[in-house]
Amino acid sequence: MLHRLRFLPGRLVQSIPVVFGVTLIVFFMARLLPGNPALALLGQHATPASVAALSKQLGLNTPIWEQYLLFVGRLFQGNLGTSLTYQLPVTQLVAQAIPVTLSLLGMALLLSLIISIPLAAVAAFKPASGRDLGVRAFTLLGQGMPQFWLGIMLILLLAVGLRAFPVGGYGTTAADHPYYLFLPALTLAITMCPTIIRSLRASIINVLGSEYIGTAKSKGSYGAALFRGHVLRNAAIPTVSIIGVNLGFLVGGSLVIEKVFALPGLGSLMINAIFARDFPTIQGVTLFVALFVVLVGILTDVVYTMLDPRVNLGAKEQS
Amino acid sequence: MTQPLLSVKSLTIGVRRPKGVDTIIVDDLSFEIQRGERFGIVGESGSGKSLTLRAIADLLPAGVEILTGSIRYDGVELVGMPTPARRRLMGPEIAMIFQEPMTALNPVIRVGEQIAEGPRRYLGLSKRDAMKLAIEMMAKTGIPDPVRRARAYPHELSGGLRQRIMIAMALSCGPKLLLCDEPTTALDVTVQHQVLRVLEQLCADSGASLAFVTHDLAVVNQTCSDLAVMYAGHIVESGRVKDVFRDPRHPYTKGLLDSAPDFDQPERELVPIPGFPPNLAARPSGCPFAPRCAFAVEACTVAMPPTVVVAPGHAAACIESQSIFEGVAA
Ligand SMILES: Nc1ncnc2c1ncn2[C@@H]1O[C@H](COP(=O)(O)OP(=O)(O)O)[C@@H](O)[C@H]1O
Ligand SMILES: [Mg+2]
Repeated sequence: MLHRLRFLPGRLVQSIPVVFGVTLIVFFMARLLPGNPALALLGQHATPASVAALSKQLGLNTPIWEQYLLFVGRLFQGNLGTSLTYQLPVTQLVAQAIPVTLSLLGMALLLSLIISIPLAAVAAFKPASGRDLGVRAFTLLGQGMPQFWLGIMLILLLAVGLRAFPVGGYGTTAADHPYYLFLPALTLAITMCPTIIRSLRASIINVLGSEYIGTAKSKGSYGAALFRGHVLRNAAIPTVSIIGVNLGFLVGGSLVIEKVFALPGLGSLMINAIFARDFPTIQGVTLFVALFVVLVGILTDVVYTMLDPRVNLGAKEQS
Repeated sequence: MTQPLLSVKSLTIGVRRPKGVDTIIVDDLSFEIQRGERFGIVGESGSGKSLTLRAIADLLPAGVEILTGSIRYDGVELVGMPTPARRRLMGPEIAMIFQEPMTALNPVIRVGEQIAEGPRRYLGLSKRDAMKLAIEMMAKTGIPDPVRRARAYPHELSGGLRQRIMIAMALSCGPKLLLCDEPTTALDVTVQHQVLRVLEQLCADSGASLAFVTHDLAVVNQTCSDLAVMYAGHIVESGRVKDVFRDPRHPYTKGLLDSAPDFDQPERELVPIPGFPPNLAARPSGCPFAPRCAFAVEACTVAMPPTVVVAPGHAAACIESQSIFEGVAA
């Protein structure tokens, strides 16, 4: 088992240039935002003299490549700079926000699996039946609804209407957090489900038609035992990579959803930073998101390898 | 007279079409398998051999159904039995071995665990004891180093080993009836022989009956005591293997024997059967073999010939059998 994970060190090394490229894009993209950050910081009553002074202090006057080198140099020391708005190290802001966003994503993934697996199974066991059509309607609906709108509707219905969940925020104690995260996670899950369901349904149908299911039945397996023992794991293999890709999109979605639900995660941090032209924070968050996406890609390969003994990514790279 | 282990009566398998005429694939099939008997079913590919076995194992592909007829196992009717009860027979009573050992094994589960699955479920064994039994069964099928091989995945094993795994799996719960669907067709000739030997030996040891589907007459000759020759979903001839081989009474059986190489008479010319099996959706009336039969007369195309006992324990469905084979010994 473990020898098939030999591809890992290579993959990690390979992702270094990717991350480096990301720093480049992140840095220059932030500079392309219209407006001078010094002006934004000082507000309406800024005088040209004070803007010039602050620009100098922030190093905004030096040539842009010099600023980039400085940025990368600090990066190696684990220094992402100081937030222009909060006057705190960006690493500290990001470190505070990461657990919130990761819990949100984790819960969203969990919920979407809890919803998708039974629905995909129900649809796949009787293709073209009423149940299958019902599931299809759900996937179309889930895909058609904009995330923020769905979030607002869930707030109106479950938080304001039924008072079953908080309207927003993250709670104060660790026990509070899952309760506060539920609605935003559900919102993300519902929009993630259609892709998972469609992929899983197709692969379950495929697996059900394969000969080894006949063998399993000839050993007396049926119903839930057959599904757990011989269908789900085999059908999950192609779906894992689809989930991996979609986790990246989910991060994008969580930016907006965190704002809708007032969650103090990376998304809120990012959006506030964008409005304030807080370059260091924008760069810091983007860098972490990019890092996260790269890590998810590697993790996907690991899960894929664990699920399918035929996959040997290390061997492929050697040949 | 003791009750046969398996009794198939007037079994008709096909595709039901609510609007229109059902497509009949296996038509009015009847045969019996006694305890300890080794029953071969031979015929060209497409004659319905696999579907017949699958009907017995409750493994018909989606869309294909038993339209009419009865399958009795040990006196119990299987047609219409609810799935849970039926599946409980699979393993301890009836087991099946498939043609393609690569696709018939789950690619993501270790072979030892796949063998142990049945015994855990039906013999009530612990995980450990079931694995011990699995390794024991693997050793019995002649797999070298079974302890290590039990941890292998199917793709890590050769075709011959995979089929031995299938045999170990099928026999692990001590079934009384083993259904084999061309178990050696996908293997190299030398491996075929070994696997067949193992299969025969283990069945003889456990006293299991065999329903053995193949298109290879040499294999039937070696393995089976009785046989049925299928053509286009019908049994056209049945009897003791040695009787049928020595004295075939249906032109199709004769054609099959003439078109197969015979190691006892290597100089004999091979004569292929001309033409192709009929299209099942548009069956000809009368004998399905008539269009390809050198002896066909007009009456052959009128009605399906009845099955006639031509000698004790030997039956053929050919109205001209008497005149064609009178006094002729092949
Ligand atoms: N899933 C299916 N749906 C419809 N027809 C089928 C299906 N499977 C097999 N058949 C038809 O049944 C006939 C007999 O198939 P099969 O029992 O597999 O033949 P054999 O095993 O003798 O080669 C074939 O001619 C094929 O056209
Ligand atoms: Mg077949």
